[in-house]
Amino acid sequence: MSADHFFVLGATHHTAPIEVRERLAVDAGTAEALRGELASIPGLREFTLVNTCNRVEFYGVATSPSAAVEVQARFCARQRFTAAEFEQFRMSLSGFDAVRHLLEVTAGLDSQMLGETEILGQVKDAYGAAQARGQTGPVLNRVFQKAFQAAKHVRTDTAISSGQVSVANVAVDLALNIFGSLAKTRILLLGAGDIGEKTAKAFQSRGAGSLSVASRRLESAMALADSLGAFALPFWLMPVKLAEFDIVVCATAAPDTVVSHATAQTAMRQRPARPLFFIDLALPRDVDAAAAKLQNVFLYNLDDLAKIADENRAAREAEIGKCRALINTRADALWKHIEPRLQASLNGNSPLPEQGRPA
Amino acid sequence: MFAGLTDRSWLWLAAECYFVGLLLGTWSLTRRNRQSGVAINTIIAVGYLFQLTGLWLRGRAVGGCPLGNTFEIFQFTAWSAITLYLIVGVTFRLSLLGYFTSCLAAVVTIVSLAIPAWDATRREHIFGGNPWIELHAAIALFSYGVFALLALTSVMFLLRNFSLKQKTPGGGFTFLPSIMDLDSMSVRLLVIGVTLLSISLAVGAVYWLRDLQSVNLTKLLLTVVIWLAYAVALGLRLKGKLLAQRFAWAGVILFGFALLSLWPVDASRHARPAPARVAR
Repeated sequence: MSADHFFVLGATHHTAPIEVRERLAVDAGTAEALRGELASIPGLREFTLVNTCNRVEFYGVATSPSAAVEVQARFCARQRFTAAEFEQFRMSLSGFDAVRHLLEVTAGLDSQMLGETEILGQVKDAYGAAQARGQTGPVLNRVFQKAFQAAKHVRTDTAISSGQVSVANVAVDLALNIFGSLAKTRILLLGAGDIGEKTAKAFQSRGAGSLSVASRRLESAMALADSLGAFALPFWLMPVKLAEFDIVVCATAAPDTVVSHATAQTAMRQRPARPLFFIDLALPRDVDAAAAKLQNVFLYNLDDLAKIADENRAAREAEIGKCRALINTRADALWKHIEPRLQASLNGNSPLPEQGRPA
Repeated sequence: MFAGLTDRSWLWLAAECYFVGLLLGTWSLTRRNRQSGVAINTIIAVGYLFQLTGLWLRGRAVGGCPLGNTFEIFQFTAWSAITLYLIVGVTFRLSLLGYFTSCLAAVVTIVSLAIPAWDATRREHIFGGNPWIELHAAIALFSYGVFALLALTSVMFLLRNFSLKQKTPGGGFTFLPSIMDLDSMSVRLLVIGVTLLSISLAVGAVYWLRDLQSVNLTKLLLTVVIWLAYAVALGLRLKGKLLAQRFAWAGVILFGFALLSLWPVDASRHARPAPARVAR
């Protein structure tokens, strides 16, 4: 059956818990060595390794099912897994199901964070690496190219990627709704904890201009500022300097209000035409809720952000059916195109047709 | 196919285009479809060409700028707003401004076409054959088009501000431009509008000073009050005294007032004795 000749095997966040995925994860050096080993497997004509934090998957085209077994054996040997142990967490598909799986992965439908777009870049990188080493051929070239097209189609025609689903990214989107661009904004991070750091990184990844960190312990602020490429600010200077910032990420462990209504009002008097956006991630809250009533002041606390993230997640989940229908149609057409060629070429032991090779 | 069309037929076609733009924009918003921007701009551009043709035919028939009755004034104001949108809106790529412009143009043009009385009569030679007075009137109405666009950006600002303050930034609000972009665009439009209206009034004043009886007092007072109101709004904005939603409300209210003033201004011209009316 030609279906067995196109396969995917591996483990994902659906099949393996995080502690297992940690052991399965392949670093760059191991991946390179593994690719070399797999290239020597008899009958394995094409293959690509997709390796992200939530999945390690081998896509292959083989003349016999034994090649897939051999791929698994080589991988298990490298990662010090027994075959029986790996098979508890293994995901293994072939033929149409494997094609559909790749399309779903690339479109972000199989991701832990539904509809995320990073996976498309990761799959493109994986495919690019295999292609550069001559490890792809007409089948994988066509399947991967079609998967990229399908991903674009799904994202354009459905709302699967609309709205952010993490608190940090929701905050960044809100800032964009206020300022348009982050390039010229000045951001102040109050507190040197994890959640503040993650939010600051989300802002930096979306092009934030200048970042400053203030913490009650100046050495903590300096250490975090150092790691983020930001400036450190003595905490006591915050009320005085507040007017100089556009976005204030509050994430201190202070038991009381850190930014009072009066402090915010004083700051706004110095910058009345420019909005001030408070992102209050602290519990108990750092910013006096009354500050939200000030003109040009926008205040969002953790509950507000989480609510928006939840709504976006629900909206994405509501799109799954539509996405799967689109993917199924495309996977079906793709498989119908590939299957006869795969069958003919494997029977005749001739090179696979070249018409699928991308321009 | 279009050879035998009258000016009003062209203007109806334009109004239909703007209405289609409105429908398409509404449909896109409800489906959260961002791709309709190009389609809406194309429809607006086609409508603009139809409207330009209609106004050109009317202008050729009357031998001047078609500003001889309420219908023509409304059509010219809508045309001015669209002209400015096609220059400013497309350049600055303010999302949804095309949709809002389409809504405004559709309402203004359809209402003016639907009330035959507004176009039943018109006065000829209202500018006394003086091209400077004609220029004064055309620039003044063009500035109203600018203020119309300012009213739209102000409405968009209020919606965006409301959605952010109420913590409901999703849905149709997703496609609105940012607070800062809208504020910046509104200030630019106000500067352009006040400048144009000032130039228009300066041109008109030269002739008014020569013949104080030539301008009806109601028209003069209303025009000066509108100019003054917009100029004060601009001054307060630049001094940081009229900001955010208050500035936006000012943009909306002043345009409503300016639009309403068109009736008494036009009526005051009709109230003047002498020139004959021609039936259409």
